[in-house]
Amino acid sequence: MSAVGRTWRRVRQNRVIVISGGLLTAVVFIAVIGPMVSPNDYLQTDFGNILQSPSFAGMHLFGTDDLGRDLFVRTLLGVQVTIIVALVASAVSLVIGVLYGAVAGFAGGRVDAIMMRFVDTLYALPFIFFVILLMVAFERNFFLIFVAIGAVNWLDMARIVRGQTLSLREREFVQAAQLTGVSFARIILRHIAPNLIGMVVVYVTLTIPQAILVESFLSFLGLGIQEPQTSLGALIDAGVNQMEGALWMLLIPATLLALILLCFNFIGDALRDVFDSRRSR
Amino acid sequence: MSLLEVDKLSIRYGDAAAVNELSFVVEAGESVGLVGESGSGKTQTALAILGLLTGNATVTGRITLTGVEVVGANDETLDKLRARRAAMVFQDPLQALNPFVRVGGQLRRILIAHDIARGSDVDVRVIDMLRRVGLPDPERQFRAYPHQLSGGMRQRVMIAAALIAEPELLIADEPTTALDVTVQAQILELLEEIRDNTALLLITHDLGIVAGRCERMLVLEKGRLVEEGRTASVFSGAQHAHTRALIEAAPRLDRGAMLPPVSGEDVLDIKDATVSYDEPGHGQLIAVQGLSVAVRRGETVAIVGESGSGKSSLIRAALGLVPLAAGRVAFCGQVLGNTVQSRAVTVRRDLQLVFQDPVSSLNPQMNVQAIIAEQLLVHEAGLSSEDRHDQVAAMLGKVGLDDSYLDRYPHELSGGQAQRVAIARALIIKPKVLVCDEAVAALDGSVRKQILELLLRAQSESGLSILFIAHDLAVVRSISHRVLVMYMGRLVELADCASLFTHARHPYTKALLEAVPVPDPTAAGGYASLAGEVPSILTPPSGCAFHPRCPHAKEICTTTRPSVRELDGVTVACHFAEDI
Repeated sequence: MSAVGRTWRRVRQNRVIVISGGLLTAVVFIAVIGPMVSPNDYLQTDFGNILQSPSFAGMHLFGTDDLGRDLFVRTLLGVQVTIIVALVASAVSLVIGVLYGAVAGFAGGRVDAIMMRFVDTLYALPFIFFVILLMVAFERNFFLIFVAIGAVNWLDMARIVRGQTLSLREREFVQAAQLTGVSFARIILRHIAPNLIGMVVVYVTLTIPQAILVESFLSFLGLGIQEPQTSLGALIDAGVNQMEGALWMLLIPATLLALILLCFNFIGDALRDVFDSRRSR
Repeated sequence: MSLLEVDKLSIRYGDAAAVNELSFVVEAGESVGLVGESGSGKTQTALAILGLLTGNATVTGRITLTGVEVVGANDETLDKLRARRAAMVFQDPLQALNPFVRVGGQLRRILIAHDIARGSDVDVRVIDMLRRVGLPDPERQFRAYPHQLSGGMRQRVMIAAALIAEPELLIADEPTTALDVTVQAQILELLEEIRDNTALLLITHDLGIVAGRCERMLVLEKGRLVEEGRTASVFSGAQHAHTRALIEAAPRLDRGAMLPPVSGEDVLDIKDATVSYDEPGHGQLIAVQGLSVAVRRGETVAIVGESGSGKSSLIRAALGLVPLAAGRVAFCGQVLGNTVQSRAVTVRRDLQLVFQDPVSSLNPQMNVQAIIAEQLLVHEAGLSSEDRHDQVAAMLGKVGLDDSYLDRYPHELSGGQAQRVAIARALIIKPKVLVCDEAVAALDGSVRKQILELLLRAQSESGLSILFIAHDLAVVRSISHRVLVMYMGRLVELADCASLFTHARHPYTKALLEAVPVPDPTAAGGYASLAGEVPSILTPPSGCAFHPRCPHAKEICTTTRPSVRELDGVTVACHFAEDI
């Protein structure tokens, strides 16, 4: 059986992954379908029906907010936005981090030192300060949030990949390839990269919840998604302001956020077990 | 009642049986050898005796230690048995000793936990024990951490820890496998001297050790006991075929044919090679100094020496994996670049390497076909993929593996199969020189024999030259034409196999040969004729580096380094080579 096939079988055998993955798929499915089938619109204000509690009346399943907008549709939209931001931000950090880390680790010596000191310098920048600067310098938009989150997450990825590459470079099968004259590109593509994949997949699954949290945090501070667009963080922020009269405005998005985070974290942990070669026997 | 009674012991992990209905006894004070190949259940048995198996093992049967049942016993009962009744010495002392606890502390906690000594008496007993196991300057070593000691000294500390509570049974699980042959002899002698009336269950794969050290022996095969008896009678008339195969596969230093010298042009010529590493805070570490050796066409040159003698550094420099600080490496008369990158791919094709650990030298993400075919992709770029496939399959057949192995992955291979794949990868492009870095050290006796035969066959078919690093002199004797003995980075002796094994010219060579245990209870071998261990390479002794351990050392040896000279066709570096 191929390496991919073996891994896939272990993934399917893992109950945690199957359950968390199923839950996550269900949430995403509802988030996509829900707004389509609901009679309400995320922009539609209805000042006769502000802060209504969840009910089937007018299909306000999650109630309405202080402008009378339907929270069912808005919350599901928030889930969409949150997950998209997280996936794109993780993809950005994946691409930059893996390339940067692999090059630094494989080149070694002075190149490695300069590249990694640059990473250290970026680490030293205060993140919130950096985001506020970005927001001031440019207009607030979706794209900027990806940049802000990706810019932070790829640093960790680069460090991890570099460390792994350094140790792979010393492995005997890489030395054997070098000795016999296998080209630099082929060593990276055939010998280094396939052996990095397991670790990278695990790390990306753990980066996604991190990106979700950062996005929520930014939106909560009012630095994230711009109204009337929304995200779970922005919804929670709105909910906090209405906590005394309309607790559901806080509870529903907060619960969904927690659920999504838990699923990603569980999957990440379980994938780590799947890829851990010491447990593969 | 016997000291240890094992009755129908079975150990299972899920569906796999590690030990199957094993029964044997150990009487008080006797020494019993437990031998078998890897996976035969030796270590599992030892762990079961001390109740140390992990939770996923299913143990059935009975183990009675000094009348107490071990199988199913609770922690309290086991705690009383361990150390007091039975103690264990493990293979790797660095892993068995807590790195954060000083040597003294490792032993003190045993005395205190079992309430054997109190107050100032504890330290006195610990230091006394350290002295008995031959630790030099025990008062100072008492405060040392395990990493500050050499491998041999650490194993002495392990033995001290095992014996300090005066157990009735000492279980030693491959206690010398990680050690050099000279240190192995010292440790085995120490075990024999020090144990008094403690019974010894010695677990080993090395029949030589059992032959010299044990009164009785048990032979395991795949978890079953296949032979049991007095050591002398088992060796002289083994009943079971597996025992006979084990005895036959054990390489012997005292008999068997040796290969005659080969004449031919030098293929690989290493001249005045010096390899040094920067050691931060210590200056330069000189691993190899001014060493010259040449390998002729169709010849096997073995390199032997204790760990730290510079064997690996020498071949790594020859291959260009580490740069030479001085000297040169020439291949067929052409001087090679200092790094592997600076060498032409055609030259790299002719110098192939086989590593010690076959599994880690194969990419876990590639199957056997891809691993071997990669060589053809690099060196025979014009081949069609069918030709490549056919050549790989043919090569695999030559190393004794059929086509069904082509799409296996390294983790699906046994150690011996993986090493065959590694050899097939090296040989498929028909190199002129094959460098083997301890290529058979990790393999079982029977597998090792097959791999060595495979190498010899490749050599006779294609005139392959082999540079063979080994620590097992008995293996060296059976496959090499010439032997290079190294000590602390320098040449000690370079001689034809026949001359080296019959009349060693250097006291170090002689001591190495004497330290090798012989798998025959009637033959002599396995003496600890060398005291001490290899000194730190950072502070080499003056004069002849070997003089502090040399039984023949005189005044001149402490001041003047012996020159490398020719004596009756032997290259040797000793002031008194004529007298040895």
